[in-house]
Amino acid sequence: MRTFFSADNFSKEKVRKVLFGNKERQGLLKMVAIYGLLICIGFVYIYPLLYMVSTSFMNRDDLLDTSVKWIPSSLYLANYVDAASSMDFWMSFAKGILIAGLPTLCNILMCMVVGYGFARYNFRGKTLMMGILLFSYILPSQVTMIPTYKFYNDIGILGTIWTFVLPALFGNGLNAPIFILIFYSFFKQVPKVLTEAAAIDGAGHLKSFFRISVPSAVPAMVTVALFSFVWYWNESYLTELYVQGLTTKSIWTNLVIQLKNFDTSFNSKAAVGDTATSLSEPVRMAATTLSILPLLVMYLILQKQFVESIDRSGITGE
Amino acid sequence: MSEINKKEKRKKPVVKMGKLEKREARMGYLFVAPWIIGVIAFLLVPLVQSFQFMWYNIRITPQGMKFTPVGTGNFTQIWLEDPEFPQQLVTYVWQTIVEVPVIVVFALLIAMMLNEKIVARGFFRMIFFLPVIIVSGPVMNMLVSEGAATIPALNVQSVVSAFERVLPTTLAQEIGEMFSNMIMILWYSGVQILIFLSSLQKMDTNMYEAAKIDGAGGWECFWKLTLPTVKPMILISSIYTIIFLSGNEQNALINMIESAMFSGTKEKGYGYASAMAWMYAVVISLIALLFFAILGSKKDQYDRQIKKYQRQVKKEEKNKKKIQRRNERYGKTMERKIARGTIRSYDNRGDL
Repeated sequence: MRTFFSADNFSKEKVRKVLFGNKERQGLLKMVAIYGLLICIGFVYIYPLLYMVSTSFMNRDDLLDTSVKWIPSSLYLANYVDAASSMDFWMSFAKGILIAGLPTLCNILMCMVVGYGFARYNFRGKTLMMGILLFSYILPSQVTMIPTYKFYNDIGILGTIWTFVLPALFGNGLNAPIFILIFYSFFKQVPKVLTEAAAIDGAGHLKSFFRISVPSAVPAMVTVALFSFVWYWNESYLTELYVQGLTTKSIWTNLVIQLKNFDTSFNSKAAVGDTATSLSEPVRMAATTLSILPLLVMYLILQKQFVESIDRSGITGE
Repeated sequence: MSEINKKEKRKKPVVKMGKLEKREARMGYLFVAPWIIGVIAFLLVPLVQSFQFMWYNIRITPQGMKFTPVGTGNFTQIWLEDPEFPQQLVTYVWQTIVEVPVIVVFALLIAMMLNEKIVARGFFRMIFFLPVIIVSGPVMNMLVSEGAATIPALNVQSVVSAFERVLPTTLAQEIGEMFSNMIMILWYSGVQILIFLSSLQKMDTNMYEAAKIDGAGGWECFWKLTLPTVKPMILISSIYTIIFLSGNEQNALINMIESAMFSGTKEKGYGYASAMAWMYAVVISLIALLFFAILGSKKDQYDRQIKKYQRQVKKEEKNKKKIQRRNERYGKTMERKIARGTIRSYDNRGDL
């Protein structure tokens, strides 16, 4: 009777075949190595997040108790309550959505128009313009920051959301060169025959843009929308400088800026006696969790769009 | 390849634009017009202005801004009196040069692993892309300050001392710094992983099969097929990484520029900050150029061999011409000498 443990099943060739693989199938050793590495690195990747979430639920006793390393003894929510009230969570959240959302809309619209212009038409000075486009990406924003700040101050929009919307309206928003290039490479892929056929059928330039090119650019639009929103949301340096107006401190703020100034605002609140806890590691971690929570939820829902976006946007070139 | 293209381009005759073409070009300008205005208003004008600011000491008074020309005063002040900025600049350069290759190589490795046929590929992709969503300056600062950014099992001190034995101290320290913030470094590679992954997925699997039939192993396949294919992506992700690191709020320099801009002191202010920003920009461009020079060459091995051969041919031709010229010269002098009669003919008989 042949059983699984018979000598046949363990001949040298068979073991070899299973371990190292052959043309048809992957070797077991290689697969184990790949999965091992991926799982290890994946754990390292989300380690800070796990640490953050688990710490944020700890009360004082858990923090001092060395036997509690990962899982808090009870679900302690006071950290979150205090952090949220100190950050003015809902207000900052709503303003944050406006600060990231409006410029994103402008970015989509304008970068699409400009990208289409670059991709579809030939005109003198196009190469130079593309060069300037790349140059404006490489140039750090700090160089133009000071005169721009002065400019916004002079026309009186410093400390309002217009400081983000206005450049985006003129195709110069945050990371706009990348988005223009995404649309550019996308429209390059749309066969020219399509627009030529439309032209023969009597469609003008604008009509063929709105009727043919825009509907076909939805994947690129999704990519740009997601990245633009995320980048605006996470941009604290320029938001604080322009939208909040570093010295004037207008009402505009978002969660990330609240997190940046968390220690001082929390201490001033604690001094009045508004909080149940004192400033400690768990409260700060709770604040961090709160500030990334909206994007995290968005990512979990739209994860597929994010991950496939780079594939579809054609950055890697055809 | 590129040479042929150039020649074809050169051959293309310059024709005046037709009516249709002109109209098309006008439409092109129309589409790009907003961007042109934007570039002038938000890039070129500020650029020129900040270039001017650099040479002034600017003070904000109730009557408006007061400009006092100081020549190169801002620069000498930064380099001689402000010890922190040059120091941070040097640290930044080392940090970038150490970190960019690590990030890019790491991203390539992860992308190659994700490109294998594995289950739950989507899940892993999701994890590796997650940091892109949440990296922002304050979040990073929080996590780093709470010590969540180090791999707990890693003994940084021993790593640094091991490196210090073979490398200069500054470099070893940067590497140590990098290890202590290892998770942050890994977190910065999300976009790069996706860039590599999508270019790997577009590769033709037939090529690998053909290579395997010709007897190439996995190692050779990597060096001769995979790497040349993703080489342009390596350049793209390096540049992306450099720009990302330069605008990152973990970077002390941009915070120094900001604080110099708003410092109320007499010496600092807009002019001083502009000078800082320009130096910073020049350093970034130099780093980008360095990586461009290393990675940007489009030639592969075959192109290089062709070039080598062409160079050899050219050299031989040059030599040939040289010899020809020398012969001519020699013949002329001989003729002259014979005409003058200072030389006898070869057979020593006195006539030719």
